[in-house]
Amino acid sequence: MKPLDPRLVATTRSVRVHLVVAIACGAALTGLILVQARLLAGVISGGPATAALAALALVVSARVVLAYGAETAALRSAARVKSDLRRRLVAHVTGPAADPVTTDAGELATLATRGLDALDDYVARYLPQLVLAVLVPVAVLVVVARADWISALVIACTVPLIPVFMALIGWHTQDRTARQWRLLERLGGHFLDVVEGLPTLAIFRRAKAEAELIRRVTDEHRRATMGTLRVAFLSAFVLELLATIAVALVAVEVGLRLLYGQLGLDTALLVLVLAPEAYLPLREVGARFHASMEGVAAAGRVFAVLDGPGGPAPEPAAPAEPPTGAEIRFHGVGLTYPGRTEPALAGVDLVLRPGTTTLVTGRSGAGKTTLLSLLLRFTEPDAGRITVGEVDLADIPAGDWRRRVAWVPQRPYLLDASVADNIRLGTIGGDVETAARLAGAHDVITALPDGYATRLGERGTRLSAGQRQRIALARAFLRVARTPDAIVLLDEPTAHLDPENAALVRAGVARLLEGRTGLIVAHDGGWSGLADEVVALPWCQESHFAGIGGGS
Amino acid sequence: MVALARPRGARFALGVLAGAVATASAVALLAAAAWLIATAAEHPPLTALSVAIVATRALGVTRGLARYLERLVTHDAALRTLADVRVRVYARLAATEPVRRFRSGDLVTRLVGDTDATQDLLIRGLTPPLAALVAGAGVVTLSTIVFVPGGLVLAAGLVLGGLAVPLAAAAAGRGPGRRRAAANADLSTALVDALHGAPDLVAYGAMPAAVARIARADAELTRVARRDAGLLGLGAGASALVTGLTLWATLLLGVAHLGTVSLAVVVLTALAAFEIVAPLPAAAARLGAVRASGARLFDVLDTPPAVQLRPAGPVTAERGLHVRDLRVRYAPGEPWALDGLDLDVAPGQRVAVVGPSGAGKSTLADVLLRFRDPDAGTVALDGVDLTSQEPYDTRATISGVPQDPHVFASTVAANLRLAREGATDADLRDVLDRVGMGSTTLDEEVGAHGTRLSGGMRQRLALARALLADPRILVLDEPTTHLDPNTARAVLDDLLDATADRSMLLVTHDLAGLDRLDEIVVVREGRVEQRGTDAELRARPGWYAAATTLSDR
Repeated sequence: MKPLDPRLVATTRSVRVHLVVAIACGAALTGLILVQARLLAGVISGGPATAALAALALVVSARVVLAYGAETAALRSAARVKSDLRRRLVAHVTGPAADPVTTDAGELATLATRGLDALDDYVARYLPQLVLAVLVPVAVLVVVARADWISALVIACTVPLIPVFMALIGWHTQDRTARQWRLLERLGGHFLDVVEGLPTLAIFRRAKAEAELIRRVTDEHRRATMGTLRVAFLSAFVLELLATIAVALVAVEVGLRLLYGQLGLDTALLVLVLAPEAYLPLREVGARFHASMEGVAAAGRVFAVLDGPGGPAPEPAAPAEPPTGAEIRFHGVGLTYPGRTEPALAGVDLVLRPGTTTLVTGRSGAGKTTLLSLLLRFTEPDAGRITVGEVDLADIPAGDWRRRVAWVPQRPYLLDASVADNIRLGTIGGDVETAARLAGAHDVITALPDGYATRLGERGTRLSAGQRQRIALARAFLRVARTPDAIVLLDEPTAHLDPENAALVRAGVARLLEGRTGLIVAHDGGWSGLADEVVALPWCQESHFAGIGGGS
Repeated sequence: MVALARPRGARFALGVLAGAVATASAVALLAAAAWLIATAAEHPPLTALSVAIVATRALGVTRGLARYLERLVTHDAALRTLADVRVRVYARLAATEPVRRFRSGDLVTRLVGDTDATQDLLIRGLTPPLAALVAGAGVVTLSTIVFVPGGLVLAAGLVLGGLAVPLAAAAAGRGPGRRRAAANADLSTALVDALHGAPDLVAYGAMPAAVARIARADAELTRVARRDAGLLGLGAGASALVTGLTLWATLLLGVAHLGTVSLAVVVLTALAAFEIVAPLPAAAARLGAVRASGARLFDVLDTPPAVQLRPAGPVTAERGLHVRDLRVRYAPGEPWALDGLDLDVAPGQRVAVVGPSGAGKSTLADVLLRFRDPDAGTVALDGVDLTSQEPYDTRATISGVPQDPHVFASTVAANLRLAREGATDADLRDVLDRVGMGSTTLDEEVGAHGTRLSGGMRQRLALARALLADPRILVLDEPTTHLDPNTARAVLDDLLDATADRSMLLVTHDLAGLDRLDEIVVVREGRVEQRGTDAELRARPGWYAAATTLSDR
């Protein structure tokens, strides 16, 4: 890892502003350290005390103000930097070109909140210290060189050794430490695995025996870790040793020159007071390096996401109006997902006739969901094309097209918002309650503590799967109420429901499909009662059933 | 939490001592050097300085060595304590068998994190303050010997800078910490909603609103952080103030009363001494963070066991499983989850318990598998009252597959051998054959939570494990849940093939394929509503007939 992350500095303006402020504060602090040392040396060696004490009081006050100001500014910068990165991250992953399937939402949420918080250490603690680590030793060296060149030589020889040793030892231990961390994660994982599996262990009467295993594994982990730490801590050892030995050498050298009258007491004291200051910021940087690297790693993960697919999708060059009441036709449509060899769909020909319902059946993985993704414009076909009347679907802006689609997914997602907001989603206007009644959700909703204003909690956990499905149906009813010629897309709407809830949802679906263009995908023919036409995936042939009824 | 580390007290004491020597020697180095230089200025013979020269050089080495020792010793002690704590937490969890409380993976993850936090507490939270206390006391003593007012000023400065400022800063930081956590949570919710709900949001054109909600949460978080930055900056300012004031006061007092040598020693001691308390603000913040972990940990360590032994009922000669008038509720005042349930499974009989969700099916399984005590009623297996026996003992005779069975991140063989330690490879292959996993190799790694296996294979593996345990009666709690209908049917068929001639109780919400069972018991609202074979129940009007018609259609 580099001491200064180039991409973070290059792409984030707030980081650059922060660096300028940090350098200004660092320069001021360096000056105050030098003045304070000179004042102390002067007073102790018998110089005029009153004026010096007054000056020292001023220096102390200035350092207090500077400490407060620098810390506040640094924390504010950190907040701004995090917000900067977060906004870029969010814009990227919520953009239409982002792949909602491969995005791990939980991980991203953690990255955007606690993950980026690690940048506090980097921005507010590490960067200002890095500035000091450059400024202070140089300044001290210049002042000491003018006072006593031998001391300056000792400092000049040892100070550069500190970063060199840091890097050397870092390289040497980095691999071993990384291996060790992986081991540690695995062993931590073992404990987690065992605790999660406790009911299972209990049933097989192994719970007690496993305690011994935990101790053994943790002890092994300790022995392995200590082996690594013995080497890793050498870095700290060498750094402390260098800094203190250098101060000791300077003190003895200055003392001896003083003894032989080659130096004044005030000069000697100045050198002694300043010598430790040259090493202090370097050691602080070393101490903060590790914590700050977590922040850099978090920023790195943000950049990795930004480099992945995402951001805005290209809009069609010649946007077309979506025609109403037109036939939707698949012409030899195929799609292979990136990184897969098997196509998800190949050579699909399908017609959705206006005002009729088509049922597409097939086993899991046959491409049913992909079919819906294409109609929802989540993905675009890489072979063939889809037309709406005379217009190519790809020429219709995705947003315009989706306003004419009412979709009920297999597992609808409910937001942590009110029921009404969940039904409304992006539909503007329309009567939420009527939609809920049509979907069979009204009774469920009025039974909630605040009715339609009830907040649903994380992922709608307040409701059962069947109730959630009915809320999703209500969304679709509201959509078709506003856009009467919307096409209805249904993805196994009762796949995860118990029979009673399934029946309720089914009744709602039947009302929703009445007289509309609809497409249902399901694993078997259980929905054929509602369909005018049934098609089986994988694409062998189109089989036509005109208005087939009931029974399996 | 400190009590958890007591068995390793000697090691920690050594670590604290080494830490104290390390910091104190840095101060002593400067004091010795100050004495050396100030004395040299009086031009004494070189021999008068030789002790100081040797001391200065020696102190230059001491700090590094002592620090190295401190780190090794405290890390070793902390890792040993971690092993102790893990075993204690685990043992406690094993006794409380918190099936419900810890079913959420999130809670378990947090608990494990809390356990590991003890390590952090000991290394970064406890050792530095103790080492600072010892070193501070030593340095103040030295300073007092030279110049009493100087020693007092230094003592006051160290207490203020090392104790008052960090504590005040930690207290002042609690508010910002809370506000930030709340803002973080809002942001996180908005973000998770937008990402998890992306298909729904995009399909309905609501993504811009969701992004706007994230932006609002982000703005709020940033606003909170910026406002609180000043509060946190006060801590830095206060530290600088205490350090500067101590130095200034020492100089002021010393100039009036001391000669050059003593003045040099006292002032440079005061200058260097604040390094002793430098790590304390971080330690105070660490202690605050760890306190919450500790509270959650002790919450677990203090939980009473979930299952208590009840006085034994009369032993009868009746064979098979007999449940009489079983009543269970989750808390006083809550509705009964099981409300007078009766159930019989004769030896060799296979019975399914079905019913709508929330009917009490899984509660029954929990009672039978001894994860929960009944509030009333009896459960007897071959004439012995189960609730009067240790769960460890009853599970030798009644066992099976709990809801969401855990597959351990190990090999197929290791997962199976949990159930029977001495099982040979031939035994394992045989049982895999029986559940339709004949093509699986024994040393195949299944991945964390068995994610390298398909859902159906995971359930089959759990079933194979239960068969290997070979109990007198098998209890299977929703073995086909989370599977798609075709897979569920295949798993159920393999399950029924493998359990022929066995006593078995199958709890399920899936009504497909139950015609091969000897009896089906319909449970609604905690009671048995209907019982009979599949054919009988289909013919009789009621929940079963209605539900099967719906699901067959």
